[in-house]
Amino acid sequence: MTKTPAVELRDVKFRRNGRLLLDVPSLRVTGHETLSVIGPNGAGKTTLLRVLSLLDRPQDGTIIHDGDEIHSGGDALKRRRRLAMVMQQPLLRNTSVWENVATGHHFRHTPKAEASRMIGEWLDRFGISHLADRNARRLSGGEAQRVNMARGLVLEPDLLLLDEPFNGLDQPTRLALLDDLWRILKEIQTTTILVTHDRAEAQALGSTVAVMLEGKVEQEGTPEEVFSAPRTEKIAAFVGVENVLSGRVIESSNGLTEMSVGRGHVTLIGEFPIGEELVLGISPEAIVLEDPTGYATTTSARNRISGTVTRVFEMGAQARVVVDCGFPLVSLITGRSVVDLRLSPGAPIVASFKASAVHVIRNGQLPRSATDRDLIEK
Amino acid sequence: MDLIWDGVSEAFRLIFGGDKEVAEIVLLTLRVSATATVLATLIGVPIGAVLGVWQFKGRGVLISIVNTGMGAPPVVVGLVVMILLWRSGVLGGLHILYTPWAMVFAQALIALPIVIGFSMAAIAQIDPAFRQQMLALGASRSQALWIMVIEARLAILAAVMAGFGAVISEVGAVMMVGGNIKGETRVLTTATVLESNRGEFGTAIALGTILLTLTFLVIAALTIVQQRARIR
Repeated sequence: MTKTPAVELRDVKFRRNGRLLLDVPSLRVTGHETLSVIGPNGAGKTTLLRVLSLLDRPQDGTIIHDGDEIHSGGDALKRRRRLAMVMQQPLLRNTSVWENVATGHHFRHTPKAEASRMIGEWLDRFGISHLADRNARRLSGGEAQRVNMARGLVLEPDLLLLDEPFNGLDQPTRLALLDDLWRILKEIQTTTILVTHDRAEAQALGSTVAVMLEGKVEQEGTPEEVFSAPRTEKIAAFVGVENVLSGRVIESSNGLTEMSVGRGHVTLIGEFPIGEELVLGISPEAIVLEDPTGYATTTSARNRISGTVTRVFEMGAQARVVVDCGFPLVSLITGRSVVDLRLSPGAPIVASFKASAVHVIRNGQLPRSATDRDLIEK
Repeated sequence: MDLIWDGVSEAFRLIFGGDKEVAEIVLLTLRVSATATVLATLIGVPIGAVLGVWQFKGRGVLISIVNTGMGAPPVVVGLVVMILLWRSGVLGGLHILYTPWAMVFAQALIALPIVIGFSMAAIAQIDPAFRQQMLALGASRSQALWIMVIEARLAILAAVMAGFGAVISEVGAVMMVGGNIKGETRVLTTATVLESNRGEFGTAIALGTILLTLTFLVIAALTIVQQRARIR
């Protein structure tokens, strides 16, 4: 079943001052879904939104909204009026909250009664009805961001573009707004593209996640796919798999592969040609630390490696322990375990993890192509 | 010192004594300068906004011209207007030389670069991302420009005040194109020059005082409007 995507980019390249800021061979956003675009600062996320919102025209490529190619001039304005983009900074006008939320309807010459009804409704949805008469320059950060979003959503657009909507908000404010936005997006079912550098926000709001690095969409998939099986080292480094290891296949049979990594060995699931170099990812949560002086136990974990603790970072109830197992491994354990195991730099330790906790990240140097992707899905 | 004191008391006598000639001069001064300022605002603010926001070829040259205009000697402007309005001039057919309309023309031309320059600076102060956000909310290019003018309204009011201040106190150009004709084109500045030339320093100081008070009142009124429009 092929549905016409609500928005599509084809071979889009955007340059500014000769620098290629955006290079998207293909991006399709299905209607009524939320796509989270995640990436570090300067990855081109905002540029992507600006191109999608028709504010910036790419030098190459095609933008397609609802199956129609967007050209220039009046057509673009008509299209722009069917979408709404909410920028990172709540750039509110020096007037009342109500007037601020009314701005887009003024531009569209929406009949007054209809506009008033929508404004009232959206102020209410964002819990800011009581601020309607206040000057927008006199709001707290959280309130201003709510006005900023209400100002976009009140237009009830076909396509909603949100640029880092939670940036600069303190934690409780952020969580409250995240919660409200999640509920609203579920309710209105508007096609939404959300840009963020925060994995939790991306995961919380997006049905699909796209990772953007250096102007390119590097991986697209469900949040689970992207976060548990990042496709390249760079993606892994960004989405937070801290154990990224590289090694060579030394044995592979019966659905299991053994690799030499540094001075140690790692067993993983899957079969690969002997001699091939692979990059592996293991999430720190998957690594269990044991007291080496305890009784030798029989365990289902295929990987049990002796090593030495090199560093311990305590962070509240949790701690990150770096172990040298012939290669560095980071394990995330509780602070209690640090005490119980008497972990300190130099202490001997056994690290264990299941073969299934190891996933293969293709080396970024391999050609990026469809076959590349097929290999992983095999 | 005595001279100044006599002049000030003369001013009070002229204002409150209901001197018909002075009243006419004051009214004409206000009418001419206000009309010129309104014209300069209507033309200058949109030009200033466009120069402050849009990027186009030749923008730099236009900005240089405006900046030069802001410092142009009014006498030169007066001279140019006079040549234009002269019977054989390009605009000679209007037959407005030595009428209040010629003075309005000259004063508007003096105020125009000031209004453009200050408006341009006022609008350029706004974060460029603000305009982008307005476009992202569905504004056409001209709607985005207009909303920026509204956003910069306080600073633009300052531009209007500067323009008004420049023209009401100007003497060279109005003298040249108006001719300082008694009962027709005599305004406070030209009358002050005339009285001091005649050695009537008391009257000159009185007229100067009236001019100063008038300017103060108009600017004060505009300032009150400006302060009120600030954050409510």
